Amino acid sequence: MTVDPPLPTAMVVMRGITKAYQRGNQPVEVLHDIDLDIPKGDFVALMGPSGSGKTTLLNLIGGLDKPTSGTVTVAGRRLDQLTSGELAHWRSTSVGFVFQFYNLLPMLSAQKNVELPLLLTPLSGAERRRHASIALELVGLAGRARHRPQELSGGEEQRVAIARALVSDPQLLVCDEPTGDLDRHTADEILSLLQMLNAEFGKSIVMVTHDPRAAEYARHQIHLDKGILVPAPTHGA
Amino acid sequence: MGYLGLVFAGLFHKPSRTALTLLSIVTAFTLFGFLDGIRLVFSRAADNSGTDRLIVTSRLSIIQPLPIAHRNRIAQIPGVAQIAYANWFGGIYQDRRNFFPNIAVTPVEFLAIHPEIVLSDEAREAFLTTRTGALVGSALAQKFRWKIGNRIPLQATIWPQKSGNNTWLFDIVGIMRTRDERNQQYAGEMLFRYDYFDEGRTNSQGTVGWYIVRIEDPALSNEIALAIDRLFANSDSETKTQSEKDFNLAFAKQFGDIGLIVSAIMGAVFFTLLLVTGHTMTQAIRERIPQLAVLKTLGFSDVTLLGVVLGEAFAMMLLGGCLGLGLASIGLPLLSDSFGGQLPPLSVSARSWSLGIPLMLGLGAIVGLPPAWRAMRLRIVDALAGR
Ligand SMILES: Nc1ncnc2c1ncn2[C@@H]1O[C@H](COP(=O)(O)OP(=O)(O)OP(=O)(O)O)[C@@H](O)[C@H]1O
Ligand SMILES: [Mg+2]
Repeated sequence: MTVDPPLPTAMVVMRGITKAYQRGNQPVEVLHDIDLDIPKGDFVALMGPSGSGKTTLLNLIGGLDKPTSGTVTVAGRRLDQLTSGELAHWRSTSVGFVFQFYNLLPMLSAQKNVELPLLLTPLSGAERRRHASIALELVGLAGRARHRPQELSGGEEQRVAIARALVSDPQLLVCDEPTGDLDRHTADEILSLLQMLNAEFGKSIVMVTHDPRAAEYARHQIHLDKGILVPAPTHGA
Repeated sequence: MGYLGLVFAGLFHKPSRTALTLLSIVTAFTLFGFLDGIRLVFSRAADNSGTDRLIVTSRLSIIQPLPIAHRNRIAQIPGVAQIAYANWFGGIYQDRRNFFPNIAVTPVEFLAIHPEIVLSDEAREAFLTTRTGALVGSALAQKFRWKIGNRIPLQATIWPQKSGNNTWLFDIVGIMRTRDERNQQYAGEMLFRYDYFDEGRTNSQGTVGWYIVRIEDPALSNEIALAIDRLFANSDSETKTQSEKDFNLAFAKQFGDIGLIVSAIMGAVFFTLLLVTGHTMTQAIRERIPQLAVLKTLGFSDVTLLGVVLGEAFAMMLLGGCLGLGLASIGLPLLSDSFGGQLPPLSVSARSWSLGIPLMLGLGAIVGLPPAWRAMRLRIVDALAGR
């Protein structure tokens, strides 16, 4: 297979990606021969029906899993060639994750949850605290630093999660249904926040969503159906 | 917050459960501290034995007397340097609960054979010249506020006086101390003179409870012991000769094999502890699978997660274990006080700690490794999806 040299402006370049899971003895292919380019600074909404492989694709972009075949280049690194240890290190410096259910550590305060990724950096304790405070301020939660997750609303928890994703200043954010568990108004706030991070701080964002309204906050939309990228359905949602 | 913060955050994820687990660890190690302290006292009695001393008792039983005539015949055996003899008196001071060993001994020989007993020159002199003189251990003197010059009465339990009087009077002429801090054998005992005892008692005159034989070469102790026993074989008063160490061990074994009992109890306790904490730990980690997956997502390596979970197990065991041994260090001296001198002073020694801490680490490893291994092998995508 020939691989096009990634453009210097490319954030994500995928070529010939397939992903198969073992189900019993049977390998089941979930993604079929996917080619995908996402330029730096883009905000992409990844849409598609349940089970179409969105999370699977996002996990490959975020370096949480490796493809069965094909190449994944993110921010210039060939993720498919990294060992799991190298991938872990790459994730800690290059990508931030936001999940549907926030996934904060319940026994740690907001501040400490945000500090967590910085444990992997050479920063001193004082610097870690300062960076975390800045990130919390950025998401509008400076006043909640000492609260534990159970003392926060869903929207606030998601803001903490976004601060945690931002704190080590990665160029790429991957979000799996970040508003899937929030009411419409709170969802709009979170989406505006992501939009701001994209527009003002140049963060590249790939966001999985079911919700066409949420997708409208993105610059581009891509659609996945049964493991294949398809042109945007014209018949609306 | 550093990695230690992460370890403790994990440990106190469910504070009440962790508190209960800690309590069981504290309890187990408190018990360990108590039992090991008691075990060490018994094994120390053997450690403190002189290697150049043999104890000769009747072959029939330790309380069966031997004729005093044995003395001169033992003295003729080559390699025997000096002979003392002694008799258990069993007197009571005021109240049965005040029990302490009081023993009639031949003053010159006994002190010569037991150089570990430290006495002032005046006390030694007074003991040799005062027929009713008695030497008391420092702990005993402290307990009853006895001073040199005091005259104290003991009620006979085995040996009434010829006069029909059951009360024997003794004059305290010296306080016994020991050179070695750990050897407290004489601190709680009283020694007095054999001649006073033998002349005063109504029966069994001219007999001896046991002989203490000092030999010139400790390497020959087996041969000399055999030679002594052979000398009296087939006589009316056959003997049983042992090294002092074996004698002390045998004496301690009257109460059962303490070491074995302690090991058996602690084995059962720690086994139960393993089951309980192992189960809780496994359950705690299972509940925290999504959290561990998040840590991995953020870039924490497999080995770091192994370390964090193992760290929790170690922290829990060390915390509970040190608390438990700490409690035992407070409780054990109180226990030995309540025995009032019947037991040598008990305490949690450095030896218990140096056995306890590796035990804590070992238990931590056994309890922590399976869940730590699981955390290490966790696949992020499966864990995040709740698979
Ligand atoms: N680890 C796995 N083992 C086996 N099958 C898997 C695994 N992960 C995903 N799958 C299967 O792959 C397919 C795609 O899953 P994926 O989670 O990517 O879908 P999705 O588009 O994110 O769906 P949803 O919108 O419901 O989140 C599904 O059929 C799923 O059951
Ligand atoms: Mg999904």
